[in-house]
Amino acid sequence: MTEAGRGCLLRARGISKRFPGVQALDSVELELGVGEVLAVVGENGAGKSTLMKILAGEQRADEGSILLDGEPFHVRSVSEAMSSGIALIHQELALAENLDVGSNVLLGREPRSFGFIRKRQADDLARQALARVGLDVAPGTEVSGMGMGQRQLVEIAKALSSEARILIMDEPTSSLTLAETETLFQVVDLLRARGTSVIYISHRLGEVERIADRVVVLRDGRNAGKLEKSEITHDAMVRLMVGRDVSRVFDRTSAGQEEDALALHGIRTMAHPAHQVSLRVRRGEIVGLAGLVGAGRTELLRAVFGIEPALEGTVEVAGRQCRIRTPGEAMEVGLAFVPEDRKADGLLLEESVRTNMVLASLKRLARGMFTSRTREQDLARKMIDRLDVQAPGDTTVVGGLSGGNQQKVVLGRWLARDPEVLLLDEPTRGVDIGAKDEIYRLMDRSVSKGRAVLFASSEMEELISLADRICVMHEGRIAGELLREEFDEETIMQLATGGVRP
Amino acid sequence: MSASTKKVLGVFGLLMVTCIATSIFSDVFLSSFNIENLMRRTALFGIISIGAAFVIIVGGIDLSIGSVIALVGCLLPWLLTQHGWSPWAAVPFVLGLGLLLGLLHGLLITRLGIQPFIVTLCGLLIYRGLARGITGDQTVGFQGNHPDLRFFGDGGIPITESFALPAPVLVLVAVAVLSIVFLRMTVWGRWMFAIGRSESAARHSGISTSTMTILAYTICAGLSGLGGVLFVLYVGSAQPVDFGSFYELYAIAAAVLGGCSLRGGEGAVIGVIIGAALMQVLRNAITLIDWINDNVEFAVIGVVILAGVMADEVLRRALAARMVRQQRKQA
Repeated sequence: MTEAGRGCLLRARGISKRFPGVQALDSVELELGVGEVLAVVGENGAGKSTLMKILAGEQRADEGSILLDGEPFHVRSVSEAMSSGIALIHQELALAENLDVGSNVLLGREPRSFGFIRKRQADDLARQALARVGLDVAPGTEVSGMGMGQRQLVEIAKALSSEARILIMDEPTSSLTLAETETLFQVVDLLRARGTSVIYISHRLGEVERIADRVVVLRDGRNAGKLEKSEITHDAMVRLMVGRDVSRVFDRTSAGQEEDALALHGIRTMAHPAHQVSLRVRRGEIVGLAGLVGAGRTELLRAVFGIEPALEGTVEVAGRQCRIRTPGEAMEVGLAFVPEDRKADGLLLEESVRTNMVLASLKRLARGMFTSRTREQDLARKMIDRLDVQAPGDTTVVGGLSGGNQQKVVLGRWLARDPEVLLLDEPTRGVDIGAKDEIYRLMDRSVSKGRAVLFASSEMEELISLADRICVMHEGRIAGELLREEFDEETIMQLATGGVRP
Repeated sequence: MSASTKKVLGVFGLLMVTCIATSIFSDVFLSSFNIENLMRRTALFGIISIGAAFVIIVGGIDLSIGSVIALVGCLLPWLLTQHGWSPWAAVPFVLGLGLLLGLLHGLLITRLGIQPFIVTLCGLLIYRGLARGITGDQTVGFQGNHPDLRFFGDGGIPITESFALPAPVLVLVAVAVLSIVFLRMTVWGRWMFAIGRSESAARHSGISTSTMTILAYTICAGLSGLGGVLFVLYVGSAQPVDFGSFYELYAIAAAVLGGCSLRGGEGAVIGVIIGAALMQVLRNAITLIDWINDNVEFAVIGVVILAGVMADEVLRRALAARMVRQQRKQA
């Protein structure tokens, strides 16, 4: 269904892709016309990035076919996709900072004779490419001195100079200023006028309204609907994004008490220095942090736990104001933090379940300055039982366990210290369904003993089922707070995408 | 049996094979004079290798070991003979200097975030330069004085008529016991291993990673200083231009041979001592065996270390493959 008069350039049919434990894409359809700007929107984990990676040759689909110019297109690698004219511009830009602009634009395709770069020709080519994106800088300019917006344009110039006909932009504006965003839109308009097609992925629905000719909405790896130019509105997109019937995946048993367990006042983080966050979590309460990727949830939790101390603001734990500059200090006042990436930040993968389980309790378990093997073993076994970690024994190497069991080990490490407040970042990421439910029960049981939980999650069901309250973050601030009776996926999504409460 | 026990046994086997082979090709090898000499050298290199192991366990590197040895080794006789310091002042002073340099390395690495390679490479240059500058690049020695002090380096406890247990061996035993207790039995030792495995995970577990890293560098330079003192007491004099030169590489090589991974988080003191012994036996064998050209010493040592590290890598991959299989079976 491309615009009249414009041929269909790319057609993807029945694309499916499975990752261990999750169906990332399920028979997804997508069409792109010549000179069309197609926006692909959806929640975190809806399958947008996976679909784009498949189109750009970074991953291969399990099923489905792609037609380019009506011809079957079997893309096996990024270079194949590029030579067919498809270029993906990543969210994290991939420019070589140590090279100048011209070298970046022509990287890997430098005009050369006998291995020597033909400098003059290279400069001409680079200048032409830069002109096509309206970037008025010399090819010799250092990339390291450029802002994010200019770098983005260099990336686009790089793609165009390799004769890209389809540009895929993944969250191109996430680190741009308003003025830079406007420049980018003008370039996109320019590209469209010249017949280059653009697939535009963004969480920022306002931008999509402004730029897109058509919108495809994905939800849970499936096509959730599409909108033609005249139908594209913020509300219409949100409705399609959340249209699922969100079921409660877990029934809470406890309720919050009056007393504050954790209170944050005016926390300002490096990621969003312009905004402050204040919130409180009462004893016995589970508070969910909702928001899209980059909303500042992880940074907030990391700041509270002292990993990257906040620029400003105060933290109160159980009514006492605390100075938290290191994780050690956070731990001493009764905080515990389960990081998002358990392999990098949570576990010593080559070490045993026991070593990992007791890591935060070593001092408490020691006799004087000496570690106590028996006490460590007792604690590890107790926690293995309590959390039902599926491992042959406490000396099993953690790296060989399943994701769910690994996560239980990290949780166990903290529950062993009996903390006042549990801070959890995506506590069930990469965890199978069974273990998910167990983790929910652990969270529920923890608060029933008077602890408090503050958790960030990208899974709507998890937030709605577990939380007593949900704070929705958007670009570094709390865009809204919902009580349990107000929980509603559409409201959360509106707030998370910068809209207002319906 | 843990992976590190296997490594220690492996390098011990290699040591035995080298000893047996050398004793077949050389009559002198098993003489009590040669064994005493070997033990003394093993002890001296063992002490600095244990220092290197601390830094390697936390995932760092120290290239300044040889220059710290040079600075301390030159300063001690210089202070004693040319400035008339008493040993009671000079020895604590130079040992304290070693610790201080390590503290400085640790602070630069953790507080300023400079790479360990760079910090200690600069240390290598600076301390060598200082040693040569302070002494005017002249050889400094004890000139026959301080025999009781020199006992710690070149003395020994007579066991039989022809064999005395070299005094540095006693120092090594003390250092080794303390290090094993520290690394294997205290909370801090465990923290160091955790930091080497994953600094981020250690930090997320509330461990003060910078304090422990500073401590590791301080221990390393402190033991280098101790090594420098013993080396100069053994030799009797020090030439600033090459005293202790390349010793950091011997120390790192012994640590790696003995089971330390340069990735961090692995290592055993016993293995490191065996590694140091293997290095010394190899050097000894090259000197003693007629048909090995003495000039190839470095090449032989290089090949042996490379072989050891290659074997370690093969072992690691096999373990990783097993881990993947285990995971797959569970899923």
